[in-house]
Amino acid sequence: MNEFVETLLDLPWQTETEPNHTYDVVIIGGGGHGLATAYYLATRHGITNVCVLDASYIGSGNSGRNTTIIRSNYGIPEAIAFYQESLSMYEGLESETGCWVMHNTKGQLWMAHSTGTARTEQTRVLMNNACGAPSDYVSPAEIRKIVPQIDLTGGGRYPVQGASYLHGGATARHDRVVWAYAQGALRAGVHIFQNTAVNGLVKDGGRVTGVTTSKGSISAGVVLSAVGGHVSTVSKWADVRLPIRTHTLQAFVTNAYAHEFAPIVSSNDLVFYVSQTARGQMLLGAEYDRQASYDRGTSFAYLQSVSAKAVALFPFMAKLRILRSWAGICDISTDFSPIMGYTNTPGFLLSTGWGTWGFKAIPAAGSQLAKLIADDATPDLIKPFALSRFEREMAMADPSSAGTK
Amino acid sequence: MLWVTCPNCGSRPFEEFRYGSIFPVTPDDITDDDQRNVDYAWMQDNIEGPVLERWFHESGCRRWFTAKRDTRNDAWLDV
Ligand SMILES: Cc1cc2nc3c(=O)[nH]c(=O)nc-3n(C[C@H](O)[C@H](O)[C@H](O)COP(=O)(O)OP(=O)(O)OC[C@H]3O[C@@H](n4cnc5c(N)ncnc54)[C@H](O)[C@@H]3O)c2cc1C
Ligand SMILES: [Zn+2]
Repeated sequence: MNEFVETLLDLPWQTETEPNHTYDVVIIGGGGHGLATAYYLATRHGITNVCVLDASYIGSGNSGRNTTIIRSNYGIPEAIAFYQESLSMYEGLESETGCWVMHNTKGQLWMAHSTGTARTEQTRVLMNNACGAPSDYVSPAEIRKIVPQIDLTGGGRYPVQGASYLHGGATARHDRVVWAYAQGALRAGVHIFQNTAVNGLVKDGGRVTGVTTSKGSISAGVVLSAVGGHVSTVSKWADVRLPIRTHTLQAFVTNAYAHEFAPIVSSNDLVFYVSQTARGQMLLGAEYDRQASYDRGTSFAYLQSVSAKAVALFPFMAKLRILRSWAGICDISTDFSPIMGYTNTPGFLLSTGWGTWGFKAIPAAGSQLAKLIADDATPDLIKPFALSRFEREMAMADPSSAGTK
Repeated sequence: MLWVTCPNCGSRPFEEFRYGSIFPVTPDDITDDDQRNVDYAWMQDNIEGPVLERWFHESGCRRWFTAKRDTRNDAWLDV
């Protein structure tokens, strides 16, 4: 454990050191999704007898290791509506929680380097505007105004044809988002226990009635799994079979670039994306590793291939140095859309299928799942994302919107 | 996992290989035909442990082979 982690260990506002024997809601996983659900249960629905358990420290999963991009330009109307709700909630998150999460609306460019992709991006703009996510299709000249650093010839190899431009595209500091929700939840009376791994579920008949942990067993009215890449392991305990494969996604940052790099830039043809952090570093990501894996290892080959793509579009990056790289293990659904809500096993709920795209969804998913638990009915916004969609032949296939395939 | 053993070429750098697929397994206790189709089309074992997969030695002998890999640590195991 490093010094940074040590500074995180104590959670303020909580006096209990051991979990109670029973809670209304037990949430497995203290990432953004688990904590946001707890926060909204307590603050919007008065359900405070809630416990969040994390095997490690909160935010130790993907919520604390992503590239922090918040956007809503997906390829299915239901998904655009859902992500746009989340994007809007992020805009109000600082005033709601009183925590500075370094939210910054920057706009996102999604570049096309071929006529086929240009058409895809034009279609995306039409669909986004129709579904409430304001966007424009921009020409190469307009792109240069937004991001003067660009080489519009793409290194002579990937000429920029145009881009879709999502005005509301934003970033926020990922660990601050986790802590904003944790703090708000704790203040409202939720219990959070770190270093408390759940190692099984308690069942009564077919129903899940609690969890077993490294600190003993806890009964629960309902159990929500929000464990990121480990979801298949937890779901197996509940006899729920999932359309999920866990893949490693890598990312890295360079040393600081002195000038402003204003927008978030993604390229569908090249498959990579880049933005600038508040410290000036360039933050890059690309496709997830092809083979399924629970290993958070990074590779030199990845740094090489992503750097080559980045330099083709942004020659200034050739002078930067790579400071750090890291990886997270992502719960990628086979239709590339999230899975939220009840399963066929009573008492057991899921928040999964967040893959390489779930940071942006934390506020909306947390608030909708809290509403679902409180009202015992699925809100309209997330109805299309139920696990049952697969057996109903209503999969929400949206692979081209992930930006990481 | 920097080195992979190809049955034809021996130990070669990972970048020479392309991942093919895992062996999909629909559990026997799913008996309904429609359910089996749904499972085959979408569901995944997603095992945290050793898995059997097909890999392609793309920048080498260009042959497919079966490999065993531990998804917890990406260790390559004997098939
Ligand atoms: C490199 C990278 C870049 C990304 N970039 C973006 C991006 O730009 N935009 C975007 O929207 N999304 C992005 N994502 C995806 C996003 O980070 C995730 O979808 C999101 O953070 C998932 O949140 P979560 O709360 O579901 O899971 P996590 O944050 O992974 O939290 C799960 C928690 O569960 C705990 N846990 C696991 N098993 C157990 C157990 N048995 N008992 C108790 N606790 C357990 C873990 O310790 C962990 O803290 C990226 C992901 C990665 C890896
Ligand atoms: Zn070979």
